[in-house]
Amino acid sequence: MTPWQPHPPNVLANKAATSQIERPCGWSLRCWLRRGGTHSICSRRDEPSDARGIPNTVSVTLSEAESRRLVSEHGVVVSGFVTGETTETILDALKTDKSVTYPLVVKLCGRQIAHKSERGLLRLQINDQQSLQSACDELLAAAKPSDGNVELLVSSMVKGNRELICGLHNDPQFGLVVMLGVGGVLAEAIRDVAFRLAPITETDAAEMIADLGAQRLLGEFRGEPALRRRDLIDVLMALCSLGAAHPEVHSVDLNPLIIVDGRPVAVDALVELTQ
Amino acid sequence: MTRDLSALFDPRGIIVTGVSNHPGKFGFVCLHNLLAAGYRGEIFPVGREPGEVLGRSVLGSIDEVPVGRADMLFICTPPPLNEHLLRAAAAKGVKAAFIAAAGYREAGPDGIDAEQSLVAVADELQVVMAGPNGQGVVSTPSSMCAQIVAPYAPAGNIAVVSQSGNFVSSLLNMAHLSGVGISRAVSAGNAAQLGVADYLEWFAQDPETAVSLVYMESVDDGRAMFERLRAISGTQPIVVVKGGASTAGARAAASHTGALATDDAVFDGMSRQAGLIRARDLEEGFEAAATLATQPLPTGNRVVVVTTVGGWGVAAVDAMAGTLLDPIPLPENLKAEINELLPPRWSKNNPIDMAGGETRDTVPRILEMVAGHSEVDAVLFLGLGIQSNIAAMMRDGPFFPDHGLERIVNFHETQDARYAEAAAAIAERTNTPVLVATELTNTRPETSGPATMRAAGRMCHASAARAIRSLDLMVRHARWRQARGIHRLEPGA
Repeated sequence: MTPWQPHPPNVLANKAATSQIERPCGWSLRCWLRRGGTHSICSRRDEPSDARGIPNTVSVTLSEAESRRLVSEHGVVVSGFVTGETTETILDALKTDKSVTYPLVVKLCGRQIAHKSERGLLRLQINDQQSLQSACDELLAAAKPSDGNVELLVSSMVKGNRELICGLHNDPQFGLVVMLGVGGVLAEAIRDVAFRLAPITETDAAEMIADLGAQRLLGEFRGEPALRRRDLIDVLMALCSLGAAHPEVHSVDLNPLIIVDGRPVAVDALVELTQ
Repeated sequence: MTRDLSALFDPRGIIVTGVSNHPGKFGFVCLHNLLAAGYRGEIFPVGREPGEVLGRSVLGSIDEVPVGRADMLFICTPPPLNEHLLRAAAAKGVKAAFIAAAGYREAGPDGIDAEQSLVAVADELQVVMAGPNGQGVVSTPSSMCAQIVAPYAPAGNIAVVSQSGNFVSSLLNMAHLSGVGISRAVSAGNAAQLGVADYLEWFAQDPETAVSLVYMESVDDGRAMFERLRAISGTQPIVVVKGGASTAGARAAASHTGALATDDAVFDGMSRQAGLIRARDLEEGFEAAATLATQPLPTGNRVVVVTTVGGWGVAAVDAMAGTLLDPIPLPENLKAEINELLPPRWSKNNPIDMAGGETRDTVPRILEMVAGHSEVDAVLFLGLGIQSNIAAMMRDGPFFPDHGLERIVNFHETQDARYAEAAAAIAERTNTPVLVATELTNTRPETSGPATMRAAGRMCHASAARAIRSLDLMVRHARWRQARGIHRLEPGA
């Protein structure tokens, strides 16, 4: 693993400069992706300028499956999952992987599909094989040619009343920052968040948790045990380790991060790379 | 490495350029302010027209300044002249320059070129350069007011650096109002060569400075600034007021994290990580700095409120909601001790409401018991001013000094002064912060309670809520230090 280096803060504001930065780990991430047997074609898209007119860099969004593998490799606990390009491969995978158990969630994922729920590309509460089969068939049929390469992702449906969000983001002023917030999919409305500059110490991580306004949500809640803060610190440290190993990471979302029996489990992951 | 700014803040002699007889010109104003504040070093006014200004003879050129007598240059002449002035001054031994002149980066492309060129000259000459486009520099250990604006400031332990020159003036005005003084203050201007972190690093090793206060708007190299400020925070508390944080809202970002990463949210996280004490506005920033400069840092968040009447205490406890502060129930042994001193109608809880049961020595004794108790980390005293208020009315009324009024007025005034002195002495003796608040700070600042606080150079907050805000910021900083095993600070310098 290459030692972590601070990102030049103005680099992202300037496309010309981006091409000149050395990215010692870029190759290794490509190798990693290849090793994972995922799609080899990189899809590119230009993002719009931001509110201040700073052009964003060209980026690639990894599929959920790729994102999940990358974050879990650095220690984030994700809900158990299998992937496959056909309904049959999914059924076979479930026979061998006993960690993925009913009820299930089925999603259609690919690099071009960032927001599955908005397009109805997920099915929740799948309780038996028959429903699983029809869900897989339906989702595959819903794929559009513009979606490019797609695959099915089937995961255990984890349950918890409390949702958090964690992530990384390459800030134009401060470089890579790590975030913790309350609310999962509602996080942008709630805006109870804490940021730090990556990398962080475990003390920083503990203080991020303490910064959140909704402390009552982190204690015992509606019959569920209190959040194991140690485990959440591990998630934040894992994200920083990912950022340190891969300077080309532009953003990571673990959203939502559901608290299951006091432990944070990521049920969706999205990694964006700077090309 | 910390840049040596001693020639900027404690020069043995100053060359002031652009001096003329016109009292509206910056050269005149700077000379006036240096003389008026009683600058301890030598002054060499330089101007186009030889003669006398404010009783000082004006030199026609820097060439006439004797070598080795001045180590600071104050420039308020237009850009085309200034590189030459810098070279001429360096030849005389000048090591620092304050460039008040405008017309640089803020003035467009030509100004940017002129600024870069000026920095190159300063670097080549190894001259530290503040500004350009700044308002000046104040340094009370040298009785120096090298400013094109006012005011000067009372001496104290707060060092100020501001990216807005007017805010230096605002903070110096607050120093006058509160009596809590300033060690150094500098308007960073365009910060072409010396940036905020350069000043803060020097303040951190300055024996005259106990706490730094910075107003900043722009962050050029956020990552480097963060690393430098975090290193300083371990040595000296830094209070930060950030302007313009709300203007840049959420960006269009593909990720949720990116959408939540507003400038303000990221700056706030950076501040917390670096141990910076971030205040919401200038007034809160000054009060936090003034409290840090004059009180010991609390070791915990357990607060007891001591008051002579009910409502103030209730409001103070309400104001602690949503802060880190904990208005603890009164420890039993403390309650028993206070029972010995007060009639039974006192509140018997936190806030300690003496309910008018106090006699001549009760207030200082209770403050000492509370501040000295091992389970109390900070005290808020809201008893100042009632007696000053009565005294003021009697003194201003038609019957003074007859009917025994002189004696009672003196008693009331002396009592409030004693309370103010006791709060300060007890904080020092017990190493526990004892904050004091009364609205008389604003409404009747001349009365003996607030006047005694001011004369002693200690912060007297205008309300309990504002005292609590300062205390909350102190507790947050104390926690940051404790979590990192950084030894607690000693008060003052």
